[in-house]
Amino acid sequence: MLWEAVRLAVQEIRRNVLRSLLTVLGVVIGVAAVIAMVTVGQGSSAQVTAQVESLGSNLLILRPGLPVMGPGSRPDAPRFTLGDVAAIRALPSVARAAPSISSAQTVVFGNSNTSTSITGTTADYLELGGWVLTTGRPFTATEERGGAAVCIIGQTVRQRLFDQIDPMGQLLRIRNLSCEVIGLLQAKGASSFGQDQDDLVMMPVRTVQRRLIGSSDVSGISIGLRDDVSTARGAQDIDALMRERRRIGPGDEADFSLTDLKQIAATLSGISTILAGMLSSVAAVSLLVGGIGIMNIMLVSVTERTREIGIRLSVGATSAQVLLQFLVEAVVLSVAGGVLGIMVGLGLAAAASAFMAIPFAPSAAVVALAFAFSAVVGVVFGYFPARRAAALDPIEALRHQ
Amino acid sequence: MDGPLIEFRNVSRRYGMGEAEVRALDGVSFSINRGEFVAIMGPSGSGKSTAMNIIGCLDRPSAGDYLFGGVEVGRQSQEARALIRRHYLGFVFQGFNLLDRTSALENVELPMIYRGLPRAERLARSRAALARVGLDGRADHQPAQLSGGQQQRVAIARALAGEPAVILADEPTGNLDTHRSREIMELLCALNREGITIVMVTHEEDMAAYAGRLIVFVDGAITRDDRRAGGV
Ligand SMILES: Nc1ncnc2c1ncn2[C@@H]1O[C@H](COP(=O)(O)OP(=O)(O)OP(=O)(O)O)[C@@H](O)[C@H]1O
Ligand SMILES: [Mg+2]
Repeated sequence: MLWEAVRLAVQEIRRNVLRSLLTVLGVVIGVAAVIAMVTVGQGSSAQVTAQVESLGSNLLILRPGLPVMGPGSRPDAPRFTLGDVAAIRALPSVARAAPSISSAQTVVFGNSNTSTSITGTTADYLELGGWVLTTGRPFTATEERGGAAVCIIGQTVRQRLFDQIDPMGQLLRIRNLSCEVIGLLQAKGASSFGQDQDDLVMMPVRTVQRRLIGSSDVSGISIGLRDDVSTARGAQDIDALMRERRRIGPGDEADFSLTDLKQIAATLSGISTILAGMLSSVAAVSLLVGGIGIMNIMLVSVTERTREIGIRLSVGATSAQVLLQFLVEAVVLSVAGGVLGIMVGLGLAAAASAFMAIPFAPSAAVVALAFAFSAVVGVVFGYFPARRAAALDPIEALRHQ
Repeated sequence: MDGPLIEFRNVSRRYGMGEAEVRALDGVSFSINRGEFVAIMGPSGSGKSTAMNIIGCLDRPSAGDYLFGGVEVGRQSQEARALIRRHYLGFVFQGFNLLDRTSALENVELPMIYRGLPRAERLARSRAALARVGLDGRADHQPAQLSGGQQQRVAIARALAGEPAVILADEPTGNLDTHRSREIMELLCALNREGITIVMVTHEEDMAAYAGRLIVFVDGAITRDDRRAGGV
C-alpha cells in the first residue's frame, strides 16, 4: 500500500511538474543555502586548520604598538631594531627569531612589472612561517650580514613577471637595485582574510633596510619558542626582556604586543564556524517557509481533488489510506525538493570554494541531515492537509464539483 | 447466512432543519435477499439516490436501522463502512464518478488496489471487465476522451471487476441508446445469474422489466413493491 501511495504520488507530481517545482522552491532554496553555507564554512575552517598546522608550533609575533587600533593604540610606538632580534634570540626559551620589515615596491623584469610587498627578513623566517622553497635556497648568513642583492619570490610574482621563463638566476629591478632570484616559494594560496599570500618578494633584512628604506627599523619579529617551553612562559620572558630594553615599568602599559598566531587562527576558525551557523539558521527559516508553501499547495490540492477523494472513499479506501496518500505525496514532493536543493547547494559550494581558493569539503553527514530534514518538513507540513483530506465525508466529497 | 442481505427498518433521511427540512426518505422499510435483481423507480426527487447511498454505506440514515448481512452498519465507524464498500459493494453512480486524467484501465483497477490484490491480477481482471462491457479497445483512454455512454460502461466495469456481492447501479443506462441499454441490461442479468445481487435505479419501464422485483418510491416512501415471476 505504501509503495502504491509512492507510485501515485510520483504520478500526481509528474502530472503537474511546473506547479510541483514552484511548490518545493522554498525547500530547494532552503536546503541549497544550508548545504552551501555549511560546506563553504567547513572548507574555510579546514583551510584555517591547515594554515595553523603549516605554522611551526609555539610561534609568537612581536609588533610595536597595541594589537588593534583603538583608544589605547599607539601608532607612534618606536619600532624594533636588529639588536632587539639578537637579544630575543639569546633568550633560553627562544629557538628562533626572525625580523621582518615590509615595503611596497614596484618590481620590474624586462617589460613586465608588478607592485608587490618586499619583506626584509632572514632564513629563519621561512622556517617560522612554514614557507617551503620549490627550487633554490634560502639566504646564507653571509648574504644576510652583508645585505646582498638576492631575493626569493612568491608564486604570484613569478606568474606576473616570468610567465614561462625560469626565474632562477634572473635579475629583478627594484628602484635602482638589481637583485638576483635565488629561490621560489611554494604557493600558500589565500589567507583566512582572503589576502594573496604568494604576492611577495623576500630579501635579506639589511638589504631592505639599507637600500630600499634607508632606516634600521624592524617592524615585526617572528619568534619560535623551544618545544619544551610553554607559550605562556615564553611570552613572559619576551615581555620582560622588551620592557627592560624599552624601559617600561612592570606595571605600565607596554608599547608593543605579542600575539600567539595559533590563538588567532583558532579564533578565526571559530568565527567562520559561528558565521556559517548563523547563515545556516537564516537558511533554515527559508526551509520553514518552504514547508508552509508545501502545506499551502497541499491544502489547495485537497480542495481541488475533493471529488477524487470521494471516489476513492466510495470504492473502499479507508480514511487512513487517504491520509497516507496525501502525506506520502507531501513527503515525496519535499524530499524531491531536498534532493534538488542538495545538488544545487553542493554545486554552489563547489563554485564558491573554487572562487575563494578554499578546499571543497562536502560532508556526508550534512547531506544526510538535509535529506532527513526535508522529509520531516514533508511530514510536518503535509500532515494537516492530509488529515483534512482523510476527514472528508464520502457523500459530501462526491457531491463536490 | 440466512435472512436478508440488505434490510431497511423504518429508515429516514432528512436534510436541513426546521422549516427548510426535506424528508428525502420517510420511514422506509424493505429487505432484499441475496441473489435478487431489484429495480427501483419513482419520480425525480423521490429519494431513490438517497436510498442507494445508504445501501452503499456512503450515507447514514437520520433515523432507523440499516442492516447489511444482518448487522447494523448505519451507525458503524467510517473505517468499518469503508471495509464493507471495499469487500462487498460495487457502485455505478448516476454521474459515473470516474477519476479524471486517469485511463479507463486504471479507473477499473482502483477498487482492487484498495483490496490489496497483486498488480498482475488487477490488470487481468480489469482488462476482462473492460472487455465484458465492450471497451477493450479503449483501455488507455481517459474519461475526457470517452463518450458519456462509454464512461458509463467504464463505471460498470469498475463495479463488476472486483466481483462484489452487490452491485448498486444508479441509472446505469441513463446515457445510453436503446441498443446499448439492452446490452448493459443483459450484462447485469448475466452477473445476477452468477449470484451477484443487483439493485438498480431506472426511469425506464423497459429496463425495469429485466429485474425480478420492482420497488417504487414516491416522496420518500415506498408505494409499490412487486415481485414478478416475469423477471429474467
Ligand atoms: N445534500 C442534500 N441536501 C439537501 N437536500 C437534498 C440533498 N440531497 C438530496 N436532497 C433532496 O432529497 C430528495 C431526494 O433526492 P434524491 O437524490 O434521492 O432523489 P432521486 O430520487 O434520486 O431523484 P433523481 O431521479 O432526480 O435522481 C430531493 O428532494 C432532494 O432535493
Ligand atoms: Mg438520483
